[in-house]
Amino acid sequence: MAIVLEMKGITKQFPGVLANDRISFDVEEGEIHALVGENGSGKSTLMSILYGLYRADAGEIHVRGQRVQINEPRDAINLKIGMVFQHFMLVEPLTVAENIVLGSEIKRGPFLDYDRAVAEVERLSESYGLKIDPRAKIQDLSVGLQQRVEILKALYRGAEILILDEPTAVLTPQEVDDLMEVMHNLRAKGTSIIFITHKIREVLAISDRVTVLRRGKKVGTKATADTNPQDLAEMMVGREVLLQVEKDEAKPGEDVLEVRDLVVKDSRGAYKVNGVSLTVRRGEILGIAGVEGNGQTELVECLAGLIHPESGQVFLGGKDITDWPPLRIKQAGLGYVPEDRHRRGLVLDYSIADNLILGLHTEAPFRKRFGVQDFKAIRDNAGKLVEAFDIRPPYPHQPARKLSGGNQQKVVVAREFDRNPELLICAQPTRGVDIGAIEFIHQQVVAQRDRGAAVLLVSAELDEILSLSDRIAVMYNGKIVAVLPREEADEHKLGFLMLGGRLEDYKAGGGNNVAG
Amino acid sequence: MWDIIKLLVNTTVLAATLRMATPLLFTAVGGIFSERSGVVNIGLEGMMLIGAFTAVAVSYSTGSAWLGVLGALLAGALMGFIHGIASIKYRANQVVSGTAINIFAGGLTVYLQRLIFNMAGVSPAVPRIADVELPLISKIPLIGPVIGKQNPMVYLALLIVVGAHIVIFKTVWGLRLRSVGEHPGAADSVGINVYKTRYVAVTLSGALAGVGGAYLSVAHLSRFVEGMTAGRGFIALAAMIFGKWNPLGALGACLFFGYADALQMRLQEIGIPTQFVQMLPYILTMVALVGLIGRAVAPKASGEPYVKEG
Repeated sequence: MAIVLEMKGITKQFPGVLANDRISFDVEEGEIHALVGENGSGKSTLMSILYGLYRADAGEIHVRGQRVQINEPRDAINLKIGMVFQHFMLVEPLTVAENIVLGSEIKRGPFLDYDRAVAEVERLSESYGLKIDPRAKIQDLSVGLQQRVEILKALYRGAEILILDEPTAVLTPQEVDDLMEVMHNLRAKGTSIIFITHKIREVLAISDRVTVLRRGKKVGTKATADTNPQDLAEMMVGREVLLQVEKDEAKPGEDVLEVRDLVVKDSRGAYKVNGVSLTVRRGEILGIAGVEGNGQTELVECLAGLIHPESGQVFLGGKDITDWPPLRIKQAGLGYVPEDRHRRGLVLDYSIADNLILGLHTEAPFRKRFGVQDFKAIRDNAGKLVEAFDIRPPYPHQPARKLSGGNQQKVVVAREFDRNPELLICAQPTRGVDIGAIEFIHQQVVAQRDRGAAVLLVSAELDEILSLSDRIAVMYNGKIVAVLPREEADEHKLGFLMLGGRLEDYKAGGGNNVAG
Repeated sequence: MWDIIKLLVNTTVLAATLRMATPLLFTAVGGIFSERSGVVNIGLEGMMLIGAFTAVAVSYSTGSAWLGVLGALLAGALMGFIHGIASIKYRANQVVSGTAINIFAGGLTVYLQRLIFNMAGVSPAVPRIADVELPLISKIPLIGPVIGKQNPMVYLALLIVVGAHIVIFKTVWGLRLRSVGEHPGAADSVGINVYKTRYVAVTLSGALAGVGGAYLSVAHLSRFVEGMTAGRGFIALAAMIFGKWNPLGALGACLFFGYADALQMRLQEIGIPTQFVQMLPYILTMVALVGLIGRAVAPKASGEPYVKEG
């Protein structure tokens, strides 16, 4: 096939970091080319150079055989290169059609020809199989549909080379499936796609070729068919990675967490958790599987004391902690890794050291007499945890904002795990985290279990649930619909239950268990 | 009962409502342009005041009130542009910059008033824009007495409202304006010049506020009185919010405030203490804002300077 894009020897130096070091990269017509690497490996920089957001210090870009200069996004657009950013560039109160034509409007005199814009969007959406209502406002659309608008925006501008920057990071599993289908359709129409991700499973599922970057350098390009998960993980991290967590048989003890008939409503009065009962024992990991939005968030936040239940009871180590304030629950022995580390886990503008004592700041050794903080204790604590949890770069005085997602998560994990809690709740503990850090966090979770903690793990990643859990509960529509020992669970069965199937209807190995 | 209704709703009060709403209309529409582009313009009050003074000064020296309005437009535009430089180029806090303009305008107009006219408090009378009588319409019962015989600037204000609505919601420039005020990064990524759009919008807002001020001094009255805008720039801001950053909505809000103003004049005639009656428009403003605050959603990037990356 013809090469449509070639980047040769691209080099970009940022203060203190060589973000791209003589990277060469090419894309064929009508291929899906995965660009993978851990955070900070240089893939976003490379694509920003291609889209004209940064200028390379050295190197050449050739598009359709012609050497080109790309100084700003407009140049890229003129070369039929489109980019879908991770953070959408959409104007929320405007409609789909208005957003798509913005900047390249269909005019009638000084006026916007809205009807023709709508017709044009309908035509595009039809021909690429990207269903959308052109007259809907962006603010009323789901994240998956908003992403679709971004893709249409690029196609409207004639994109033949489409850059998707970690498009799956913000999507639910069903939306990921939809996106994959869209990518298939685009490829069938001859569009070349550069697919940035760090999820190996997605690379294998959809790409034709894969290029791996590590620390600003290209490790290699391979045909996807010639590679495997272990191989890719090693290329990304630069050493052997354990994709499977090694752990011994659980030795469960007494109940630590007991939840009885818990009911939680959201602010609009809708039932989010509808009569959940479960127990987690000392020395075991209970995984809660489920499609996001089925009440897991509310369940966990209720257990942490962040929202109050409508009815039901929660016991921690035999004590009724229902309606206790969050700090008291923590002091009673809860370690909590929230699903949204930016909103619940960290104060981004605080230093790493201060983040490492959040919630512990009122206790010894961090608090001296008269409410004065003991800065030496805080510093010592930070030094110890930064080393033990391999937080990089190891500068405790830096604001947490400066860390990569994986290292931010390590700060939260270090704080919550180091206290050796009785009960450890981990919600989406590896979301947006590099493979290397995932491996580390998984090992820590298992170590906590082996120490004797009761662990409640909530994750939308089935792989994570299956590799860590000793027992698996499936949550659907606010209820626990099944609890299985790990040995009795597999991906297919969990998938069936997660979509509302009933355990008694499940036929092992059957392909068409889920209707519709 | 009937007497009270007749006192509150009659053609005299309604005609006065239109007159009192007019300066608010120009200014509120100006505010809408500015905030829709993402620049908070709290300096509207000062821009009105400078417009009011400039109109009188020009009308005094040229003998033409309309030239006075033109002068007010240019003076207001200049003030808007200065606010633009501070808040767009230098990314100053927009509330501070606007407040500075208000204080500056208060001092400048008093100083120039005494320098030029050598009189404290009020200027001499200058030529004003005379009311006109619309043929046919003025003869229609009920409607005629309300809108049939008004100042030409009252009609101009109504036209500006409709025009602004069309510009903001139907034209390509309006679409771009709204995108710049909501998500400048998105606008920039599709090649829209964020800074230029904001400069145009803020300058336009100053120009409109200047014209609103000119209405007070050379159409409603025929002289400049120190501090004569008396908070109308802020009321116009309230009308902008009340009208949800939408010219037709602001029209409704301005008429409401204008009515409160008109009513105040009526109630004074029948012996209710002046001080209380004068509070009425402001109290109604607060009530309106409190009752509405939950539903009014400002353009998202309003007040935030835009920094281009790279």
